[in-house]
Amino acid sequence: MHLVVCAKQIPDPETPASAFRIDAATNRVVPAPGLPLVLSQFDGIAAEAALRIKEGGTGHKITVISLGEEQAAAAIKQVLAMGADEGVLLRDAAFEDGDSHTTATALAAAIRKLGDVDVVCCGRQAADWDMGQVGLILAELLDWPVAPLAQSVEAVAGGVRVRRGVGDGFETIETSTPAVVTVSNELGTPRYPRLPQIMAAAKKPIVTWGATDLGLDPAKLGAAGRRLVLERLALPTKGGNVRLIEGDTPAEQAAALVAQLRADRVL
Amino acid sequence: MPRNVLVVGELNDGAPSATTRELLGAACGIAASGEVGVVLLGAGASAAAPACAGATRAYTSDDAEYDAFRGDQWLRAIVAALDLGDADLVLIAQSTAGRELGPRLAQRRGTAVAMDCTQVVDDGGTWRATRPAYGGNAIATYTFATRPAIATVRPKSFAAVEGDGPATITALPGAGESRTRIVSREPAAAEGLRLEDARVVVSGGRGLGAADGFALLQQLVDTIGRDRAVLGASRAAVDLGWCAQSMQVGLTGRVVAPDLYIAVGISGASQHMSGCSGARTIIAINRDADASIMDFARYGVIGDYKQIVPELIAALRGG
Ligand SMILES: Cc1cc2nc3c(=O)[nH]c(=O)nc-3n(C[C@H](O)[C@H](O)[C@H](O)COP(=O)(O)OP(=O)(O)OC[C@H]3O[C@@H](n4cnc5c(N)ncnc54)[C@H](O)[C@@H]3O)c2cc1C
Repeated sequence: MHLVVCAKQIPDPETPASAFRIDAATNRVVPAPGLPLVLSQFDGIAAEAALRIKEGGTGHKITVISLGEEQAAAAIKQVLAMGADEGVLLRDAAFEDGDSHTTATALAAAIRKLGDVDVVCCGRQAADWDMGQVGLILAELLDWPVAPLAQSVEAVAGGVRVRRGVGDGFETIETSTPAVVTVSNELGTPRYPRLPQIMAAAKKPIVTWGATDLGLDPAKLGAAGRRLVLERLALPTKGGNVRLIEGDTPAEQAAALVAQLRADRVL
Repeated sequence: MPRNVLVVGELNDGAPSATTRELLGAACGIAASGEVGVVLLGAGASAAAPACAGATRAYTSDDAEYDAFRGDQWLRAIVAALDLGDADLVLIAQSTAGRELGPRLAQRRGTAVAMDCTQVVDDGGTWRATRPAYGGNAIATYTFATRPAIATVRPKSFAAVEGDGPATITALPGAGESRTRIVSREPAAAEGLRLEDARVVVSGGRGLGAADGFALLQQLVDTIGRDRAVLGASRAAVDLGWCAQSMQVGLTGRVVAPDLYIAVGISGASQHMSGCSGARTIIAINRDADASIMDFARYGVIGDYKQIVPELIAALRGG
C-alpha cells in the first residue's frame, strides 16, 4: 500500500497567550522569538497512523508531503525520522497566502503525480488556523471517499477501517481505497524519533515541486485563487478581572467562595 | 436587504437539535425578509419540521437511511435543497457531521466555508464571518470571493427564536449510495445529564495528578446535584487516560456554556477555553495564581485542590 501523510509546519500552538503577537499590517502571526516552528500536532498523529499500518504488513511505503516555505523541509524530515520513506516539498511563490481550497488543489495534484497512492492521512485540522478543511476538500478533488476524525485506522482487504467518535458514542466505518483519512488525537501520541533514525532520515530523498511541475495554473493558486479571504486578524479581548478568594485556610477559602456564589445567586 | 439563508439541521431524538434552533435564530437575524430554509434528514424529519421556529421553508426526507450520518448521502440531499432554493448563505453546526459537511459542500458548490464561526454578518452585500484561530489566541474575520457563503457555527454562539415553523415543506430524495459503510455503532451509555445541558460543569485537568482526582470531583458534582451538574475534563486529562474522551471540553472537544464552570487543575490554554468561555461564571481552583485561566475566571481559589475541594464540598453541605 502507498500511504501519503500531509504535514504542515506551524508556529507552536501551545505558545502562551502572553507571548502571542500579531502584525496588524500583514494580518500574520509573529512567531514568538526563540520558539521554533513545529510539525502540526495532528499531522504527527496522522504520521503515526500511517506508520502503524506500514508496520502491520509488508510492502507498504509512506510518502510525506508538505506545502510551505523552504524551512518546511524540517517537518518533512521529522516524519521521515519517524519512519516515512520519501518526502515531497511543495514550494512555489504561487502557493503563498492561499486558503484551504488552494492548498488542497496543490496537494491533490501532487498525489495524482505520485500516481499509485492508496491512502492519504491528514491531521483533523492544522493547529494554527484550526479550519479542518484540507483533507476533506482533497477527498472531493480526488473524488475519493473520506473517513474523518479517525481514532484508529486499520488496513483491511481492499480498504481501510476507521473507528471514530460520534456525539456521545463511537462508530466503526469501512471504505474502499483509494481514500482519505483525517486523524484525531485519540489515536495516540506520535513516536519520538531517536538519534539513529534522525541520522538515517537525512539520507532519505526529498523532492521539491512547484506549480509547473504539478501542471497547475498559478491564477488558481495562492492569494490569486483563494475563495476565503482573511480580512483581519486580531487579539481577543479578555475578562481579566478575576477576584482571588481570600482565606487563611482552605476551609476559609471554601466558605468565602460558597458565600460569594450564594450572594451572586449562582448556587 | 432580504437574504436567503439555508440551515442544515440535525435531529436529536426526533426533534431539531439545540444547535439547529440556534442556527435558525442566527438565520432569522440575518435574512431580513428573505427565506430561511431548513434541511432535515432522517426518520421523523417532516414531523419535526414544525418545531423549526424561524424557518419559512423546510426541505425534508423521512428516509431512516439518513439517521446514522454519512457524508455522501447528506451532501446529495443538501445539494438538492440548494438547487431548489437560492441561498446566499448556508449555516451548518460545528458538529461531527458539520465538520465533514462544510468543506465538502463548499468544494462541490465551487465556494468556500469558514469553520467554527461565532459571528456571521451581512455587511451591505459582503458576508463577513468571524471565528477564533490559533486555538483562540486570535480572532480572524473573513470575506468570501464566491457564493453562496458557507459557515459552520460554534454551538451556543446564537440564541434560538420562538415563533412559527415553516409554512411549506418540500420533499427531498431518499438517501442512496454511500462509499463509507458503517460496520458497528456503540452508543454511549446514556446516563444522566449531557455536558451541554448541565447548568454546572466541574472540569478536571492535568493538575489533578491522577485519575482518582475525578472521584473527588464527582463528589463535588453529587453535592451540587446530579440533576444539574456534570463532570468535564481538559484534553491533558483525557490524553493521560484519566477519563473518557466524551468528557473533553474545548476546541477539539465539546462546547459548553453553563451558569457555572469550575476548572480544577486546568491552566486555561486557549484551546480549552474555546469550549467554556461562554460560561456565565468561571471559577478556577489552581495552585498557580498566574495561570492563564485567571484571565478568564471570575473567581480564583489559589491552593492545592486536594485540600480545597473537600472543604468546598463540606461548605456546600453545611449551608
Ligand atoms: C489544535 C489543538 C487543539 C486542542 N484542543 C483542546 C481541547 O479541545 N481541550 C483542551 O482542554 N485542550 C486542548 N488542547 C490542549 C491545550 O493546548 C492544553 O495542552 C491543555 O488544555 C492543557 O490541559 P491542562 O490545563 O489540564 O494541563 P496543564 O496546562 O498542564 O495545566 C495544569 C494546571 O494544573 C495546576 N495544578 C497542578 N497541580 C495542582 C494542584 N494540586 N491543585 C491545583 N492546581 C494544580 C497547574 O498550576 C496548571 O495550571 C488542544 C491543543 C491544540 C494544539
